[in-house]
Amino acid sequence: MNHKLEIRNLTKMFSTEEGEMAALEDISIEVTPAEFLCIIGPSGCGKTTLLRMVAGLDHPSSGKIILDGKEVKRPSPDRGMVFQEFSLFPWRTVLKNVEFGLEIKGVGDKARREIAEKYIELVGLQGFENHYPYELSGGMKQRVAIARALATEPAILLMDEPFGSVDAQTRNILQEELLRIWKRTEKTILFVTHSVDEAVYLADRVAVMSSRPGCLVKCLDIDIPRPRKRTSVEVNEFREKLLMLLSLERSKACISV
Amino acid sequence: MKLPTKEKWLWLVPLIAVLLLWEFTAGYVIKNPLMLPRFSAVIFSIYALRNVLIADTLISLLHFGIGLALAFAAAIPLAIGMGWSRNIFKAIDPIIEILRPIPPLAWIPIAMIWFHLTHYAAGFIIFIGAFFPILIDSYTGFRDVPKVLVETGKVLGCISDKKQIKYIAFPYALPSIATGTRVGMGVGWMCVVAAEMFGVSDSGLGYRLFQKFYFLHQMDYVVAYMLVLGLVALCLDRLFRHFVEDKLFKWKKGIVK
Repeated sequence: MNHKLEIRNLTKMFSTEEGEMAALEDISIEVTPAEFLCIIGPSGCGKTTLLRMVAGLDHPSSGKIILDGKEVKRPSPDRGMVFQEFSLFPWRTVLKNVEFGLEIKGVGDKARREIAEKYIELVGLQGFENHYPYELSGGMKQRVAIARALATEPAILLMDEPFGSVDAQTRNILQEELLRIWKRTEKTILFVTHSVDEAVYLADRVAVMSSRPGCLVKCLDIDIPRPRKRTSVEVNEFREKLLMLLSLERSKACISV
Repeated sequence: MKLPTKEKWLWLVPLIAVLLLWEFTAGYVIKNPLMLPRFSAVIFSIYALRNVLIADTLISLLHFGIGLALAFAAAIPLAIGMGWSRNIFKAIDPIIEILRPIPPLAWIPIAMIWFHLTHYAAGFIIFIGAFFPILIDSYTGFRDVPKVLVETGKVLGCISDKKQIKYIAFPYALPSIATGTRVGMGVGWMCVVAAEMFGVSDSGLGYRLFQKFYFLHQMDYVVAYMLVLGLVALCLDRLFRHFVEDKLFKWKKGIVK
């Protein structure tokens, strides 16, 4: 099977006062096209660092990241990213935010407006095109960030706890919306979270990480048909499995996969 | 902004009260036009001096314009460098911090030797006065660009420093640049008067006020020119706010107001 994204023996060292420390150790994952992969782990396990390296914002100490057969060296619009913090450009309206990547690419006025409108509609924000970010709620801001990341038609969507700073109700709604968008666009999604509930509700597969050094403990296929019910027995079984794995991680050293 | 008529004219009441108090105190308490000319006498002086006053104002504005334009042109590129690159900041900051505390008026001898009695001599003093506020506010703006906005830009295709500055740092820093410019304008205008007063010029509001009117102890004329100095600065500031701040920074509303 051909892989969309391949992470091979990725290691990331950080230098501290006590010398070199491994933040990530020998991580290998393959992601298939249109797969929804959640990466879960305790805080400090380097899951965000992993995602940032896929984005090209951080550089691995060794190992390779290969997207569509090409090695990732630096950031590029072929990898859309949604950050945990609100990252809209406050001086740009919703429309101008979504157009940003296209503007940098040099897409003409009319064409980029059309594309932007399409994605604004996809995230359900039509009518808000000319609003500034300060006029939007937290959930709406993240919708715009998703539309903006999708507008350049990236090969993969990277999401770093994108719903971490919105309230629980909005979070549920955004998760459903994200699944709808994922189905419509057939994007490959790499989604970092610390929430077991979120991972089980969203993912095709969950990669569990341990902390210090961060390494991959287990990959779990979530083979529950969608739409999933948050309170169903199967969902709860997976939640329990994941919680077990995570609590094991806290008391045990790293095992290679 | 819409205010009820009552609030709109609120500022007039204390203003009229102060002017009446002035008129009364000068006319019936002090009774010495050398100590304090009456308000009515000052207004009459403004009328009597109208021709020379307009010419002097234009000369002073020319000095101001030269100094401010040069200050802006020199401060902005330097601010971009200092705000964007830690190394440039480290290299240049000590020089800036040695020069900055030198009062603009201390540069008058140098200005006279370098530029003789030209408009550039006065312009130079204004340049010194306006340069530092513009520089410091502006580089602060460039330095404080949130990391997440820069990284968002990178992921969306702003790879080169040039693009990051143009599309992210510059728009982000614009309000700081505007604040610095406004402060710089204030300091610059004070320098106009001082520069002209102390002989860097043989015309302009400050020159006339000090070298002509004060020399002859024509205090009603002196105070008339003082009033004009205040009014011109008020107009400059209002114009700046109207054309720059209110128009350009709609997006800031939610943050500062």
